[in-house]
Amino acid sequence: MDLDPVILARMQFAFTIVFHIVFPAFTIGLSAWIATLIGLTLWTKNPHYENLAAFWTKIFAVSFAMGVVSGIVLTYQFGTNWSVFSRMVGNVIGPLIGYEVLTAFFLEASFLGILLFGRGRVPPGLHFFAAVLVAVGTAISAFWILSANSWMQAPAGFEMRDGVAYPTDWLAIIFNPTFPLRLAHMLIAAYVTTGFVVLAIGARYWLQGKHVREAETMVKMALGILVVLTPLQILVGDFHGLKALEYQPAKVAGLEGHWDGAEPAPLVLFALPDASAEANRFELAIPHLGSLILTHDWNGLYDGLKSFAPEDRPPVLPIFLSFRIMVGIGFLMAGIALWGVLAWARGRLFETGWFMSFLTYVWPLGFLAVIAGWVTTEMGRQPWVVTGLLRTEDAISPVTASEMLTSLILFVLVYAVVFASGLYFINRLLLKGPMRPIREHGLANRPITGASETGRIAIASGE
Amino acid sequence: MGMEFWLPAIWAAVIGVAVSLYVILDGFDLGIGILFPFTKDESERDQMMNSVAPFWDGNETWLILGGGGLFVAFPAAYAVIMPALYLPVLLMLLALVFRGVAFEFRWIAKPDHRFWDAAFAGGSALAAFSQGLILGGLLDGITVTDGRFSGGPLDWLSPFSILCGCAMVAGYALLGATWLNMRVAGHLEAKARGWAKGLLVAVLVFMVAVSLWTPLLYERIAERWFTLPNLFYLAPVPILTLLCALMVWTGLEKDQPASPFVGTVGMFLLGFAGLAISNFPYLVPPSLTVWDTAGAPESQVFMLIGVVALLPLILAYTAFMYWTFRGRVRAGEGYH
Ligand code: HDD
Ligand code: HEM
Ligand code: HEM
Repeated sequence: MDLDPVILARMQFAFTIVFHIVFPAFTIGLSAWIATLIGLTLWTKNPHYENLAAFWTKIFAVSFAMGVVSGIVLTYQFGTNWSVFSRMVGNVIGPLIGYEVLTAFFLEASFLGILLFGRGRVPPGLHFFAAVLVAVGTAISAFWILSANSWMQAPAGFEMRDGVAYPTDWLAIIFNPTFPLRLAHMLIAAYVTTGFVVLAIGARYWLQGKHVREAETMVKMALGILVVLTPLQILVGDFHGLKALEYQPAKVAGLEGHWDGAEPAPLVLFALPDASAEANRFELAIPHLGSLILTHDWNGLYDGLKSFAPEDRPPVLPIFLSFRIMVGIGFLMAGIALWGVLAWARGRLFETGWFMSFLTYVWPLGFLAVIAGWVTTEMGRQPWVVTGLLRTEDAISPVTASEMLTSLILFVLVYAVVFASGLYFINRLLLKGPMRPIREHGLANRPITGASETGRIAIASGE
Repeated sequence: MGMEFWLPAIWAAVIGVAVSLYVILDGFDLGIGILFPFTKDESERDQMMNSVAPFWDGNETWLILGGGGLFVAFPAAYAVIMPALYLPVLLMLLALVFRGVAFEFRWIAKPDHRFWDAAFAGGSALAAFSQGLILGGLLDGITVTDGRFSGGPLDWLSPFSILCGCAMVAGYALLGATWLNMRVAGHLEAKARGWAKGLLVAVLVFMVAVSLWTPLLYERIAERWFTLPNLFYLAPVPILTLLCALMVWTGLEKDQPASPFVGTVGMFLLGFAGLAISNFPYLVPPSLTVWDTAGAPESQVFMLIGVVALLPLILAYTAFMYWTFRGRVRAGEGYH
């Protein structure tokens, strides 16, 4: 077989991790929102916060389960598909992932049980505490995995001996140069992603006239947080780009579609970069603005793609496009949040009109931006898997192309079934909406799992 | 003997503990899945799933610690074992995906949850079977040249590894049945005792088969067990295993809640001790030892600090979880 195992392994990694990241992006934000709601319930004794908390917990349970199973696959993939990578940088990356398991995964997984099944079984204060710990656990998990990923983008605090990386300074490794901004950018991304889902679902219920009080709470809480976080995300993203220019100039040249480093860079709004011609087609650009943003100087110069040997350049077209998708969505999001808050301030938010209808469609924005962002980051790092140390093509395991192909096909099939079902089930829960407390259905002592309540209610109501 | 000796030895022990905890904890919830097809009664199935629902995620985390621990402490072994056992590892992961999501999907899908019942049962059985294949493939030996895996994609496939796969399925099912005996009430409790008795016999047969097969196949293992004075030092392992089996049986006969489960755990631990004795100091039999594959001492120390500081905490809140959800699960009720 003349299939290239490297391509297959890359496709598999990309496929499985894109599948995975969708769930963390949602569960990190959702757990924080649920903890907030449970806290508000305790504080205000207002039952509709409790309804909302119970409702979103069901959706959380389903998403979390998919996050967990898709995550386990990834840890093992380092060994099965990228064994050279594991051996070469395992001394550095391994402990970061190890700490993630010890500090985050056990915390999340254990207190998840109490969050999902503990209501009524443990004191309310403890239930709230469990919700907070789950939210904190997901954020800690992001901390470690992003530290590992950032180290691969810009390695620090190590030395090479006999082709193997040895740690010399753990603080320098953990807090490597691109890490703090990446962590901030990703956490904000997760909260923003969840915010837009909550916003869209709230708008949907409001327009349908269902669960109106809950719907208004959702819309207002979401807008309140989004109006702060979306502009902040643009700011953090901008700093993130400046950091990347320092450590991965070839990547930034690719993102900007900037070929010739000898001239001040324009801000390319749109183009189709052509790697073989080493130029942009259909370019629409604002002169000098690129230089101004990245060097803070009208005539500032920075390396263009031609400053790097062709084999050291990232694939330009995909990252150029994905970067624009992310940034475009970023500005769109900030616009939506601002518009919404202005309408709210003028007492015009809760009106049937184009804006409310438009809001029902915004739920995927965060997911799209997150995926586009990761594609930018990871493909922009190519041809390196660890910048400057290990090329992706050299990182692969000694396994055959047919094994890689088998596993890729199986992953695609299995994930298709699981993913489609998960979406279908989440949608089914959303259609039902926040139920009045189960007590009203006379099932007081029965129900158990977050999801089982719904199952039983469905049966009880003969659906 | 300095750090270069002790660190890898300590890490081998840490991973041994993580894997043992995994096998016991996830073992009983995988066992529940394996036993799922043995009852057709929906409310009994609900009961079975409810008896493990709050725990499974925490249980499975030990698998990540086992795999992650290997990655941290013995990256060179991780880099050999994973490609060598590519297909069984893949099967295990896919099976875990199916059964993991089934915990949530099955409830929402009701009343059309047949598919997710099958996913839960099939996923659990396949995960157990592939873990047996992994174990068997590892014991069978991995071809290594210059510290890298150099064998073929199906090296792990042998009658022996298939035997190990079946043994694992039976073993987990026994753990599951004795767990049910302890944690559910009503008809199911009595049924579980019936299952457990049959399974105990099967597990004993498998244990004997593996114990005879390995020394026959491998001289180094025969030498370890059947030479003097080792024979005397090691004789307690099989004897204690038999005593544990006896404890399971009498516990079941006398309708005791906990002793069958405890006895099964004992059998598992002794089985592992036996395998460790057979293979020590090899991490990748028959060529790479714990010391050949050790990672940088700096990394092992850094991670060990975390383990020493955090493991007690983790064990404490795991125990708290089990305590919170104590008591028997009755038909038609869960945790409330
Ligand atoms: C920004 C956050 C983030 C990112 C970039 C990743 N993950 Fe993740 N992961 C999480 C955030 C997260 C989480 C929020 O902690 C999850 C998601 C849902 C969940 O159950 O926990 C999780 C679950 C999760 C699990 C199961 C944990 C459990 O049993 O509770 C594993 C083994 C991994 N991940 C491993 C990885 C690997 C190897 C990644 C990269 C290659 C990765 N994750 C990227
Ligand atoms: C410790 C963390 C990570 C490691 C070790 C890692 C490693 C890798 C490796 C080995 C590849 C294959 C090389 C390639 O295909 O170019 C890859 C590609 C990729 N990774 Fe990461 N990655 C990590 C984190 C992430 C995260 C958190 C995401 C988020 C979604 C991500 C997204 C991607 C994508 C989209 C690709 C495909 C890019 C391509 O095919 O060129 N990675 N990564
Ligand atoms: C409009 C403003 C934005 C700018 C200027 C911006 C900038 C950047 C840059 C430069 C990178 C690549 C960093 C690197 O490769 O080292 C990046 C990555 C990323 N972006 Fe954005 N971004 C913006 C908006 C968003 C939004 C709205 C989201 C999601 C809601 C998002 C999510 C991500 C993610 C998940 C990554 C990959 C992880 C990382 O490297 O941080 N971005 N962003």
